[in-house]
Amino acid sequence: MKKITAYLVLLLLGLGSLPLSAIGQSQNSVLIKGGTVMTAARGTLENTDILVQNGKIARIGKGLSAPAGVRTIDATGKYVTPGIIDAHSHAMLSSINEGSYSVTSMVRIRDMLDPTDITIYRALAGGVTGANLLHGSANSIGGQNSVVKFKWGKSAEEMVVADAPPGIKFAMGENVRRTTQQPLPGMQLRYPRTRQGTIEVMRDAFLRARDYKQAWDDFRAKKTRVQPRKDLELEPIVEILEGKRLVHAHGYRSDEHLNLLRLAEEFGFKIGTLQHALEAYKIAPEIAKHGAGVSIFADSWGYKLEAYDSIPYNGYILWKNGVNVSINSDSGERIRRLNLDAAKMMKYGGVPEEDSLKMITLNPAIQLGIGKRTGSIEVGKDADIVIWSGHPFSAFSRAETTMIEGETYFDRAADAEMRSKMTAEREALEKLDVNRAPGSGGTPPRVPAERREERGHDDIDGGNDR
Amino acid sequence: MTSQLNMIKARSAAFVLTCLCTMAVFGQNDGSEQNQTGRAGTFVITNARIYTVAGPVIENGTVVIQNGKIASVGTNVQIPGGAERIDGRGLSVFPGMIDADTRMGLAEITLAVPGSVDLAETGNMNAHTRAIKGIHPHSAHINVTRVNGITTVLSRPQGGTISGQAAVIDLNGSTPDEMAVISDFGLVINFPRVVAGGGFGGGGGGGGGGGQADFNALIRRRDQAVEDLKKIFRDAETHLKAQEAYSRDKSLPYVDANPALEAMGPYIRGQRPILFTVERERDIRAVAKFVADMKVKGIIIGGQEAWKAADVLKANNIPVVYTNIYSNPVRDDDPYDYLFNAPAKMESAGVKFAISTGDVGPESRDLPYQAGIAGAFGLAPDAALRSVTLSPAEILGVADRMGSIEAGKVANIVVADGNILEPRTNIRYMFINGRMIPLTSRHTRLFDSFKDRGVPERP
Repeated sequence: MKKITAYLVLLLLGLGSLPLSAIGQSQNSVLIKGGTVMTAARGTLENTDILVQNGKIARIGKGLSAPAGVRTIDATGKYVTPGIIDAHSHAMLSSINEGSYSVTSMVRIRDMLDPTDITIYRALAGGVTGANLLHGSANSIGGQNSVVKFKWGKSAEEMVVADAPPGIKFAMGENVRRTTQQPLPGMQLRYPRTRQGTIEVMRDAFLRARDYKQAWDDFRAKKTRVQPRKDLELEPIVEILEGKRLVHAHGYRSDEHLNLLRLAEEFGFKIGTLQHALEAYKIAPEIAKHGAGVSIFADSWGYKLEAYDSIPYNGYILWKNGVNVSINSDSGERIRRLNLDAAKMMKYGGVPEEDSLKMITLNPAIQLGIGKRTGSIEVGKDADIVIWSGHPFSAFSRAETTMIEGETYFDRAADAEMRSKMTAEREALEKLDVNRAPGSGGTPPRVPAERREERGHDDIDGGNDR
Repeated sequence: MTSQLNMIKARSAAFVLTCLCTMAVFGQNDGSEQNQTGRAGTFVITNARIYTVAGPVIENGTVVIQNGKIASVGTNVQIPGGAERIDGRGLSVFPGMIDADTRMGLAEITLAVPGSVDLAETGNMNAHTRAIKGIHPHSAHINVTRVNGITTVLSRPQGGTISGQAAVIDLNGSTPDEMAVISDFGLVINFPRVVAGGGFGGGGGGGGGGGQADFNALIRRRDQAVEDLKKIFRDAETHLKAQEAYSRDKSLPYVDANPALEAMGPYIRGQRPILFTVERERDIRAVAKFVADMKVKGIIIGGQEAWKAADVLKANNIPVVYTNIYSNPVRDDDPYDYLFNAPAKMESAGVKFAISTGDVGPESRDLPYQAGIAGAFGLAPDAALRSVTLSPAEILGVADRMGSIEAGKVANIVVADGNILEPRTNIRYMFINGRMIPLTSRHTRLFDSFKDRGVPERP
């Protein structure tokens, strides 16, 4: 018991000196001096200062001085960009598919957000400040999303972007059909098993939602006195029909995504984003006409049959057709290097530099309905800002400081300080009796996980159907 | 620029002609990805910045490619008559990159298309299975990879404890024979590790599977697995000795063939290296001890914590093929850049290493950017370039033939419009064994098919 108490005390002491206090400076006003500012809206400004006040970008210009009490960061020789936004992530989530039904529009990402997921910190260290947290792709309609900013150290509630319009995950293709999974003996096959079945499951959901809305409209118009029973499955789908909820639709084959665009047009709404959409280049004019955004992998391909026609020129062809394109990670690993994914857009086809940068900043912000408050470096916007050691499209560059609404959540110098504290803490913990070597009386410690994390984005880790 | 374009056009025309001729001779283009094996010739790249890797960078230099080899390199070289000239102004010349751990050609689509997957045999001991016999020379991965400047890879089987033999191949050729640089380069062993939940070979094993594991028991299990592995080595030695004895003296008992044990011969006798897949320090140290005990040649594949075991790696001449730039640190409290800066730590600890993608194939083209990321976290730029060129050539035992721009080496050469390790850089020309390779792939062909698509009106 004594041992455990000692351990707990040490743990608590240790926690006090963990990342949170080292990084979460409470002040949200700062002057960033002398950097090369890539605004993702109005070009690149050399040797330019950004004054952040109360979490917002107050001024952009040359020779600005810091008001009293406002700290200054010297960004001379460095690059400054908007924070990266990942329009498809499963960070902070331990469970992403309610696989019992194919339509689970009632389930909500916000009910399971884990603000301590280390992915947040690693993403910040890659310059990512926000993400669209989505359900997996096992279901044709997977559930309600959350748009968050990665305010490491804060509560889940504080991370959710309160005024982001609600969204919902749809999915089509191999994962929904469950054909990438070996059914266990005795397991019943779930409908749908085909692409033509999948689109009918979706149509059925919209038909039911339309009927449901009609019932409520009739009740509200006093055509009937019987109040309909509230249906948590259909409520969010009614919101889609009313244009209040954004559809983020996972899919690969272009014909299948085209089916969805047509279905949306049949029911009179617009798709928010086609997710992955690795073949979207084949139907770029149709997507542009419909007005959907597309959120892609920069260059992943070939990991499953429906990703075999994926090409790294996808982003370029969509861009050329005037489609709003974002580049997502769908992965706790890839999220750390989205800046290099954007760089690839310049290589494959030749998207201009600023438009390539927009694909990881302003474009995803617009796709998620938060483009008015974040995604570019413009006066009045949230100070979601990254300072890079060099050009963000260089493999040799690192994020040095990542801030959200003016507060620093990652800083490389602070990180170094934190490491030495953690090393000291680990040494202290290792001296505790509970951690004494096996055979010398200590309780054997749990063996740490050995497995390399799956490279998995999306579907590569087939079992999870992200 | 215009002349360059004309050059490209002229060459494209020549290439189309070559193709047409080929088609005329062979009757048809089989439509596969790997049918475009380039064309031979004498080529001269002038006025280029030449990253020799073996020595300093040469500004305004010239490289002559003749008979498949680098005939000469420098600022004052003789240009052979009739050579095809490439104006290298504004361009840089690099050795072709080498990805020293892939599964190239062994799986086309890994998820749910089992008919295209030849990664792993069943069973635990498959020393006789050879990657070169499973590599599909027409895999779309090959062209997609090479047009990004990677000219040579190691491709290896996986699975079991002794997975089989790895091949070193150039990414060009219509048959595995044409591609092979070293058909049977190394033997892949998934070295037994201390893991909760994992069995012999211990490839996987996540957490403790609930509850606390008995660490001592786990170590004993690993030790037993290592003993079992040693027994296979001894069995192979015994088998080979018995065979050799019989061949000298036919009065001795005849020894039945055993392909798996016989395949072990060059490896247990230290003539060819064994590739040990292993990540953690304690397991790497166990490999080093095994290498010393068994007197074999070892290479570490993976190597997350190799820098921590620098002493034993150096003492036993064990190099590392590091495959973890695109991996997350295993433990939550590992520093965020724990696997980004491991190459820099190996460099300063004096461990010989190469950076590799460790990829099945489709993502191998990111090899240069992985080296670049290591450069962002402490590895000097020239060391980063070396880690994907000359260092892997040395580890794969082909540094006499490739890995640098030096006269006499085979002409595996990439010409780019910038630093090859940067994602914005475009490859402009490439050569494998002196053949100029068309910069086309499944991806460029799909791009060409759809880039200008409009929606046709229905009549």
